[in-house]
Amino acid sequence: MKRVYVNEEYCIGCRLCEIHCLVQHSQSKKIIKAYKEEAPQLMPRLVFEEEGPLSFAMPCRHCADAPCLDACITGAMHRDEETEAVLCDEDKCVGCWMCVMACPFGAIQRNLKGTKAASKCDLCYGEEMPACVAHCPNEALTFEER
Amino acid sequence: MRYVIIGNSAAAVGAIEAIRQHDTENPITVISDEPHHAYSRPLVCHLLGELVDEERMHYRPPDFYEQLQVEPMLGVRATAIDTQAKTVSLAGGGTVAYDRLLLAVGGKPVVPPVAGVDLDGVFTFTKWEDAQNIDRYIRDKDAQSALIVGGGLIGMKAVKALMARGLRLTVVELADRILSTSFDHTASKLAESILRRASAEVITGTTVKEIVDKDGHVDHAILQDGQVVDCDLVIFGIGVRPNLDLILPEPEKNTGIEVNRGIVVDERMQTSVEDVYAAGDCVETYDIILEVERPIAIWPHATRQGHVAGCNMAGVEKTYEGGFPMNSEDIAGVATIAVGLTAPEGQVPVEHLEEYEIIKRYDRAAQTYKRLVLHRGRLVGAICVGDIDRAGIYTGLIRDRVDVTPFKEHLLSGSFGLISLPKEYRKHMVVGEGIIV
Repeated sequence: MKRVYVNEEYCIGCRLCEIHCLVQHSQSKKIIKAYKEEAPQLMPRLVFEEEGPLSFAMPCRHCADAPCLDACITGAMHRDEETEAVLCDEDKCVGCWMCVMACPFGAIQRNLKGTKAASKCDLCYGEEMPACVAHCPNEALTFEER
Repeated sequence: MRYVIIGNSAAAVGAIEAIRQHDTENPITVISDEPHHAYSRPLVCHLLGELVDEERMHYRPPDFYEQLQVEPMLGVRATAIDTQAKTVSLAGGGTVAYDRLLLAVGGKPVVPPVAGVDLDGVFTFTKWEDAQNIDRYIRDKDAQSALIVGGGLIGMKAVKALMARGLRLTVVELADRILSTSFDHTASKLAESILRRASAEVITGTTVKEIVDKDGHVDHAILQDGQVVDCDLVIFGIGVRPNLDLILPEPEKNTGIEVNRGIVVDERMQTSVEDVYAAGDCVETYDIILEVERPIAIWPHATRQGHVAGCNMAGVEKTYEGGFPMNSEDIAGVATIAVGLTAPEGQVPVEHLEEYEIIKRYDRAAQTYKRLVLHRGRLVGAICVGDIDRAGIYTGLIRDRVDVTPFKEHLLSGSFGLISLPKEYRKHMVVGEGIIV
């Protein structure tokens, strides 16, 4: 399957990935509206890490053998049959955080201000290219089949 | 060829899905004494607490059995296994023949022999039926208060449910602190103070001696230290042990299936009898930290073991490498996670204690606590109370037995993340195509 790959050497720490991830998952899909009216219930679905000159974005790896799928007690976490992406059905999620405990990438976050559910990358479901990759100015994120 | 699965929870569902990945032809029969379509046992507390409705108890779609061509025999109890004739006997007569059998029979709640346990208003708390019975009792008797016996994970689930229902709660725990198997002393005491702040009473160092009735139902309980606890109902949440009813007592049952504390299985999840597999809370498997075989009754392991069993039953070689305890538990609204060997001071022989190093951080103002346990430089356990974000990275470091010495000082820093890990390990994780467990 196509995955988002991270190349930390190319990351310049602009955090556009975070911004466009949030906008893509907003109601309005408009940057100003998303930030002024919809945040803070919204959060970026990837984790951005930065320390000194080093930085990178960490979206879900959509593991072939995903520990979060084993850990989920509600069936919210599931593999999409079509795209093979690991998706979280936020209506089913009860916020037990077993997935947060299980994910070795720390790629699943708690959305405590909005859905109260697990928040993770859905590869911008339905889009040809995830927003984080599309807006990365330096190809630190790529979307490809390896 | 016929697959028969006794049990219908995480291990059974894991096995069904694995079998169907490799074999879409041969029939699968699921036998369960519960009448329900596969449902989530961990959600039983959410159901009783009215935090989810009945529909959400089902963690697989309503057409799960049809889609995967499973013949469900629900509400039917398996009473015996004949491993020679390869049949399962059913309550009320009849047998089902199998070629490959999976025992996914789960655990049984522990109820100590206390006077009054048979009274109306005394419950265990692991199944859907338990939640229904407790719910009905609360409504019928207008129950206002409850005594929860056991301050472990099941006890905490009972607290969550009944707190949501507005009952006045008392938790009694025989050990000197609650959550004594998954937490260290500090985390336990913090959890106790969280419960007390949420108006639950916590009594440690004693347990219930007698439950006393008024007109046939629970009125109060007398503890071993003489204290009297007024309560309209009692829930035993001491723990579960592997359900060995189909195998013990030997030699009467004569299955030939080896049991120790749980059903003994090999790496392929096969029991000592060929073509009989077992998975989930009924088995004992390898604890990769303590390096012993023991039952670890948790959901993710049951799913994984069921998956491994299902693959092997379908003729595809797969091994289960073992695991370690891990739990994520909400305590009166405070998120907690405990993974691995969290308190060596109670779990390993004294002469080995010097091999362990503890690093911890307690933020009194924020009421958060983290404790990490290192064994000869490798992370083997983690406790997080209040702040659980990215705790899974610890789980991964424990599983991969990574030497954390070079970045030890970053483990508890506020900015801890994959960025704190050695470049090689991080790149292997970040660049790779996801892990293969």
